[in-house]
Amino acid sequence: MAEVATEQQILDGLAEIIDDIVGIDKSEVTPEKNFIDDLDIDSLSMVEIAVAAQDQFGVEIPDDELRNLKTVKDVINFVQNLQQQQG
Amino acid sequence: MSKSQTTVVVTGLGATTPLGGDVASTWSALLAGESGVRRLDWDNVDELPVQFAAQVAVDPAEVLPKQRLRRLDRNQALALIAAREAWLHAGYAPPLEKGDDPGAERAGDVVDGDRLGVVLSSGIGGLHTALNSYDVFREKGWKRVSPFTVPMLMPNGASGHVGIEYGAMAGSHALVSACASSGEAVGYAIDMIRAGRADVVICGGTESCIHPLQMASFGSMRAMSTRNDEPERASRPYDKNRDGFVLGEGSAVMILESEEHARARGARIHAIASGAGYSGDAYDIVLPDPSGGGQAKAMRRALADAGLEPADIVHVNAHATSTPAGDVAELNSIKVALGEDVARRLTVTATKSMTGHLLGGAGALESVITILTLREGLVPPVANLEDPDDDVDLDIVRGEPRKLADGPAAAINNSFGFGGHNVSVIFQRAE
Repeated sequence: MAEVATEQQILDGLAEIIDDIVGIDKSEVTPEKNFIDDLDIDSLSMVEIAVAAQDQFGVEIPDDELRNLKTVKDVINFVQNLQQQQG
Repeated sequence: MSKSQTTVVVTGLGATTPLGGDVASTWSALLAGESGVRRLDWDNVDELPVQFAAQVAVDPAEVLPKQRLRRLDRNQALALIAAREAWLHAGYAPPLEKGDDPGAERAGDVVDGDRLGVVLSSGIGGLHTALNSYDVFREKGWKRVSPFTVPMLMPNGASGHVGIEYGAMAGSHALVSACASSGEAVGYAIDMIRAGRADVVICGGTESCIHPLQMASFGSMRAMSTRNDEPERASRPYDKNRDGFVLGEGSAVMILESEEHARARGARIHAIASGAGYSGDAYDIVLPDPSGGGQAKAMRRALADAGLEPADIVHVNAHATSTPAGDVAELNSIKVALGEDVARRLTVTATKSMTGHLLGGAGALESVITILTLREGLVPPVANLEDPDDDVDLDIVRGEPRKLADGPAAAINNSFGFGGHNVSVIFQRAE
């Protein structure tokens, strides 16, 4: 992916994926939210969400990195950084 | 009761079947003699030896949210749907949702989780999940395989999910014995209550394995009907022109509880779950013992377990799958088990003529049908029985539903599985 997505585009895409996989309303997914503490998403669901996010944003999220992505903002930053490097 | 003073009763029924998405619609279709068998709408179905089956009338996607379905094999989704119906039917409160006030008044009775058990069987387990996941693995690699694959393909998955839904902590079990699986589940549930390990048990069976591989593998055994030009007429137990079973899918669940527990909360009692009997043929991995000795032993042991005499039995819901050898062998077993006189007085039905064969779900669905037969006093007729086999000499109900006499009545539900597993469950009309 040559273009770098905006924060809003990544947020919208992520919210769509989370709604699809665990049924949390899109409006609940905001940057400061913690996946486990605030959104009540379990670790296996995070694996599914990560796989879907990789497909959507064209980046690879290694298992080691996945453990560090605790909030929605963490994912947004991670995706933007990788996209910038790839771009 | 012969071994224990505890009487076990049935207080709730649930089902999702090829005839309907609940018990009421399934029962009215059974009385009308309708068939749930249809031609499959798959691509390349013409290449299969068997091109039809009895799929559920209501797809789980119409009932459960898509996020829930992502993590359930189809057999587990069907079990959850049937369990929810049975639970509410028994007058129990729906489980608390996230955010509900645990102190608020509940819309129904509440059970102590340590006194609630689950026995839910599947004969095959998550076949769709296993095969679809393998396709994903080969095409896209291991990282794209769902992290929920294992709990979706394990045959005890349905038992686990239903146990979680209702907080059942007395024990959660999944007996596997092919087409006898959920007959055994009912028997095990009775024993849990008699032994004092639970007051209430959610029990039943589920199956969903209508997949091209099954059409090929049962087809290769020559076990299934190949009446591809007339699917609705393919399942025809006892008919001269029967040529094998028809694969079905679905789930049926019952709420069993001690009579004391049911009466204390004023629950409606639909039948008494009187007892179960088991035997192993120890003969062949797929063929039934042609002497019928194993099947007769299961029926006699069920009578002993229930503390009943052969003459108490007025009706049999036969295993009868529409195979040339099996149907008549079972009739002989009934005569051996109960004696010629009793066998000739009772009515026999074979509801797989309408539902198809639910394999691991069959014993539970036919238990539900047997309970309704006693409660409503009506025997559903065998469909497609146009020209009875010369060897059929018992009173097989066909054409119209048959009225059962009022008063005390007991009925046997037989289930026999590959591996030589035989189980007979007895229900009695509630007073």
